[in-house]
Amino acid sequence: MSILVDKNTRLLVQGITGREGMFHTKNSIEYGTHFVAGVTPGRAGEMVLGVPIFNTVRDAVRETGANCSVIYVPAAGAADAMLEASAAGIALVVCITERVPVQDMMRVKHEFDRRGTKLIGPNCPGLISPGQAKVGIIPGNICTPGPVGLVSRSGTLTYEVVDALTRQGNGQSTCVVIGGDPVRGLNFVEVLELFQKDPATQAIILIGEIGGTDEEKAAAYIKAHVTKPVVAFIAGQTAPPGKRMGHAGAIIEGGAGTAEEKIKAFQAVGVPVARYPVECAELIAKAL
Amino acid sequence: MKLHEHQSKELFARYGIPTPQGKVAYDAEAAREIAKQIGVPVVVKAQVLVGGRGKAGGVKLAKTADEAEEHANTILGMEIKGLPVRKVLIDPAVTAKAELYLGIVVDRAQGAPVIMASAAGGVEIEEVARVSPEKIKRQTIDPVLGLQAYQARELGFDIGLEKKRVPEFVKIALGLYRVFVDTDASLGEINPLFISSEDALIAADGKLVLDDSALERHHDLEMLRDADEENQAEREARTAGLSFVKLDGNIGCMVNGAGLAMATMDVIKFYGGAPANFLDIGGGAKSDKVAAALRLILADPNVQAVLFNIFGGITRGDEVARGIVDALAQVKTRVPMVARIVGTNAEEGRRILASANMQTATSLEEGAKLAVEIAKAGVGN
Repeated sequence: MSILVDKNTRLLVQGITGREGMFHTKNSIEYGTHFVAGVTPGRAGEMVLGVPIFNTVRDAVRETGANCSVIYVPAAGAADAMLEASAAGIALVVCITERVPVQDMMRVKHEFDRRGTKLIGPNCPGLISPGQAKVGIIPGNICTPGPVGLVSRSGTLTYEVVDALTRQGNGQSTCVVIGGDPVRGLNFVEVLELFQKDPATQAIILIGEIGGTDEEKAAAYIKAHVTKPVVAFIAGQTAPPGKRMGHAGAIIEGGAGTAEEKIKAFQAVGVPVARYPVECAELIAKAL
Repeated sequence: MKLHEHQSKELFARYGIPTPQGKVAYDAEAAREIAKQIGVPVVVKAQVLVGGRGKAGGVKLAKTADEAEEHANTILGMEIKGLPVRKVLIDPAVTAKAELYLGIVVDRAQGAPVIMASAAGGVEIEEVARVSPEKIKRQTIDPVLGLQAYQARELGFDIGLEKKRVPEFVKIALGLYRVFVDTDASLGEINPLFISSEDALIAADGKLVLDDSALERHHDLEMLRDADEENQAEREARTAGLSFVKLDGNIGCMVNGAGLAMATMDVIKFYGGAPANFLDIGGGAKSDKVAAALRLILADPNVQAVLFNIFGGITRGDEVARGIVDALAQVKTRVPMVARIVGTNAEEGRRILASANMQTATSLEEGAKLAVEIAKAGVGN
């Protein structure tokens, strides 16, 4: 078992004929993901990487039964691509694209909530259920199947922790990177809920960062609903206020959103907080 | 990207929001001419992209054209919070009976815009929120439907406006929402919104912060960028497509990924060091980008050591290593460097760097410890 993606995932790629889309789709196929269709408007009838290309997501879903879409299209067309996937009935949409305007995201999020479509991202490397399916760009070679569920706002920081887990012999059920933008799809709370229900997940690592209050909400949720052990890490303890630290969402505004507050929130509900990323793996080993 | 008060108010005016009809002066003489033209009294206002201009003495009332020239002369020589004042706005002075606040922000928790109003305008809204939060009234805006007139009406009555002023308030709120959407803003603010002695509502100040990710579809607004908003290093970083924030420490950092870059700074601090910067080179960084990043880091004279932390995924370790070597050929430096490279093509990357006499590490902890030791020894300069 795992969450969100597994052996039953039938993957569709929007923007497959672009350089990034092609490169990462190839990796996903090599990893064993069940890849069924690509969408590039005007290229219907062609075959790419062994699967058919369609003009629209609607056609691709009808012909192939795709149930998950990953989006590599440039920022200017990303919101449209997400809305198209949702309208075509795709259940899980994963948007890798970065720099999607926040007002576009507010409208997309609203529509996804209305339709009940799940969204991961934007501005994220996607997710992976080791040994089953890889949707996005998380390097498959650092992952291994196992009992640890991981949810994070940051890509390479997640790789750092996953790599440490794998080297230590603790595999992962699913690694979900929800992205660094201020308005995004699934949040910590929704992913925690899925991990809590998933029988294959025995312990959870949460990697947060400065900005917003999602970590505080996650801490409250853990206290009320999560019985599995959770370990956290918060990036940005040395970040100055008022400056955006790369991610559009990583900014301390008016004294709110600091690492210190987030660390306190987790400690207050009994969640150990790692002092450096790799310590997550050490703390989780104790919890398992 | 922040817009100046005068730029914001010009945009507001296009959306039917009443604003004082002022003009911008770049020297004191022009300030006098404008004062004569629009009629005294006038307010001389420093145009810099920071808050607290009034407290810093950057906003002054002038009763005569001579006085306007004097004030402009003083203000144009000032620095406010480190930013030089290069222009002043000369606005006709408005006598206010009351000062309101009206603003729209992106509420990240709800994923929707929120419009806020208060009868306690004229001071920073963060201050009102801290001292008397009950004085701020809010409405969440449906991002698909947009702000509705009834919501603006509710706000107007909630902050205790007299009923005869509510229609004008609604018109201003709807205008502010339209400009917020049309400019892809993340913040639009009128503070204060004056109730004048003639009983008219007028936007005495204006602020727009635009979403950097949306500027690609607003070339006209991008042109309004003030070069003073960012320092030289930050400007170079933006042009090179790098995320860079200068800090006060002495260990330069170059990392792929924003979260990992923050964590790298944290680990440096954990081992007793201090990071000199935040720098994310992004995914798939090629050697020219790495070279630009290295030049940025080494431009800071405080830097005693540089730590590279690359977790290869999309970014290939050998490519980054070649970038570092290329950059070192261009930028002569004696600052010692530590490179921690793992993941895709990492061994090749480490081999390239070791042959360039650079210390390498396989874990972030090891790399950070090394960099901290080197910086403490202070052999960099």
